[in-house]
Amino acid sequence: MSVFKDSGHLFRLVALYAVGTLTFLGIRAFFVPHSFGQYGHYRGAAITEIAAHPIHFAGHQTCETCHADVQEMKKTGMHAQVSCEACHGPLAKHADDPSIQPAKLDTAVLCVRCHAASAARPKGFPQVAAAEHSNGLPCETCHKPHSPAISAGGAK
Amino acid sequence: MNISRRQMLILLPAAAVAWESVLAGTPESSPNYKMTDHWWSMLIDISKCIGCGNCVRACQAENDVPDGFFRTWVERYHVTDWHLENPEVISPDGGKEGFPSVTEDDNGKYFFVPKLCNHCADSPCTQVCPVGATFISPDGVVLIDQTYCLGCAYCVQACPYGCRYIHPQKKVADKCTLCYHRITKGLTTACCEACPTGARQLADLKNPKDPIHEFLRTHNVQILKPQMATGAKVFYNDLDGSVR
Amino acid sequence: MTTGVEGYMYPNEITLYWSVLIVLYPYITGLVAGAFILASLERVFRVDAIKPTYRLALLTALAFLVVAPLPLQLHLGHPERSFEMYFTPHRTSAMAMFGFVYLWYLMAVLTVEIWLDYRRDIVVMAQSSSGLKRWIYQVLTLGSHNISERALAIDERVGWLITLIGIPSAFLLHGYVGFIFGSIKANPWWSSPLMPVVFIFSAMVSGIAAVMLLYMLIMRLRREKIDMLCMDTIASYLFYIFIIDFSLEMLDLIHRIYEADESFRTLNFMVHTKLYFSQIVLQIFVGTLTPIVLLALTQVLKLPEIARKRIYTVAGCLTLIGIFAMRWNVVIGGQLFSKSFLGYTTYKMALATREGLLMSIALTILPLFILWVLVKLLPPWPEKVQSGTSAASAAN
Repeated sequence: MSVFKDSGHLFRLVALYAVGTLTFLGIRAFFVPHSFGQYGHYRGAAITEIAAHPIHFAGHQTCETCHADVQEMKKTGMHAQVSCEACHGPLAKHADDPSIQPAKLDTAVLCVRCHAASAARPKGFPQVAAAEHSNGLPCETCHKPHSPAISAGGAK
Repeated sequence: MNISRRQMLILLPAAAVAWESVLAGTPESSPNYKMTDHWWSMLIDISKCIGCGNCVRACQAENDVPDGFFRTWVERYHVTDWHLENPEVISPDGGKEGFPSVTEDDNGKYFFVPKLCNHCADSPCTQVCPVGATFISPDGVVLIDQTYCLGCAYCVQACPYGCRYIHPQKKVADKCTLCYHRITKGLTTACCEACPTGARQLADLKNPKDPIHEFLRTHNVQILKPQMATGAKVFYNDLDGSVR
Repeated sequence: MTTGVEGYMYPNEITLYWSVLIVLYPYITGLVAGAFILASLERVFRVDAIKPTYRLALLTALAFLVVAPLPLQLHLGHPERSFEMYFTPHRTSAMAMFGFVYLWYLMAVLTVEIWLDYRRDIVVMAQSSSGLKRWIYQVLTLGSHNISERALAIDERVGWLITLIGIPSAFLLHGYVGFIFGSIKANPWWSSPLMPVVFIFSAMVSGIAAVMLLYMLIMRLRREKIDMLCMDTIASYLFYIFIIDFSLEMLDLIHRIYEADESFRTLNFMVHTKLYFSQIVLQIFVGTLTPIVLLALTQVLKLPEIARKRIYTVAGCLTLIGIFAMRWNVVIGGQLFSKSFLGYTTYKMALATREGLLMSIALTILPLFILWVLVKLLPPWPEKVQSGTSAASAAN
């Protein structure tokens, strides 16, 4: 068959490509991660890896296991719904090892973040022009941060 | 207080499980968490947001977000009278350190809009990923496999909300994970934990007891850019028409 | 630090994520598709006049195609992971599918067509040359030295078939690049069903212009006579396809202006400010209208040969600049405005970084160098019998 004889070089080309494709498939089988396609078109193991990232905010439930006294104080006040770490910052390390002491807070910075008067804040939200409001006195002179209403027994 | 912290934690099963797995550092955490039982979303109440920036700072602390990029950020809108199409928007450093005070505008209004990944059910970002490095998890969170991402930034282009960026050091796509490492352990997200007014609420749409169902039933709730048909799962209460 | 932001950008949008390298990528792919389509004209539609450029066009396409993935590769955050695109391609991603379209085009179309066309020469050279060259040609023959009349006739037929498949493949290759942008619904500057079509026609324009210029340049370097019938024919194709391309772009523009959807004011402002030079001046006036007018002159007036040559050279260069500006305006322009439609950012091109200016210049020169090697290895024209006689060249 001279047609086959004369197109022999084409078969060589096809064979070369076939070998190339098979090599590709072989390498592919080796390189695709095992959990790929477990749930969808992605590496299933990625989900558990992401879920294993370290936690920085312990969560108020964790705080309350030790600081029940503070929880008690907060319960009836205006800040009842404010989580501990909203003001104290991320304290998972402290929860893990109580000997690590959280940083001291500066009410001069902290309180005005939420309560400095601004027309952009919702109308019903308590806000003050700090300078006029306290004549330069620190906020905690009158307001206990854990239960800020003065009538509720604010520090004198 | 004589009881050890560990003993105390036993009193709180969710926190205890979470804590043990955190300490152990094992990925096979939270044995009682089943992905198929959840469909995560978030509720944001504009009328409660005071623009303090707590969420932005908390997110950066929790997720090691690089400076100048944001997994969540807060915008302040200023809309004058009927000019809904021309709001004046600012977000200085993502609102991380709050916003400058403003005085009453008799002819307009101010309000804050916290933004984050919408964890879209029909997400355009996961659609375009060429290799399957970003995906919707079975519990409805859009995640990135940073060990597999090429850093091609196609997903960044595809997100209509500007929620993605390329991590300047890791050189891979990065964005809000809805604190997946927390919510799978019974904790709420860092932003919700740090929000002082409850303007942000993590919600599980598959949990019939989740308060979100009652909230959605009784409030006027919107999603961002509904014309994009992304199936966004961050719901906004009291959202102004000028927000985009 | 000045960020170059006007108005409001979502904070993550201030940085541009697709740099000048992504401008280069559709530009280079476009040259490939255009050059190939020019070669196919001769093969499939039997336009004998452009035969002198047939092989040059194929080699040009190959030289640029080999370089085409490099800008993509270099812009990746993790280039070492790019193989994942072939191992676990995501069905719904236009970018993943591009990998396969590229491979198909490179391996199944272009290489095979060139191989079949050159096989006779390769076998002859494998026997006549020596040293490293001989070794290269021996490998290229794949061990078959059969250049009988019958075998070459089979090659001719198969080659024709490959070219026939190649035309839609070339359209697919560059149409896909357009689709990568056109399918992003989040970006109104890109999102348009016309995008793939505009990309294909602008690709043809740039590829034809490139081959025309390269042919004239090489002929000059070889001190041979330029085949003016061939140049006139190519120039007329360039002219007609340019008109189609320009009409499509204007259609897109008019549609946008008339519809004036939510994004219009923002985009309109951008075109009149940040993109004014690159879009209005470079792309439309310098890079499109000027070459169209110049080419039109050669069509209607009977100009002397020297004038036509000069006009073709100027028009060709302006075309390449214009198409580059078009890619720039698509890729960079699409990232300069906020998806909130409330502001604009600025692109600052780096100089000596992995995604900088020097790199992009290097990547533009690289295909020309590869082409030089290819032309040495696989001469598109019969070697001159004796230097000084120029007539023998174009006839082939």
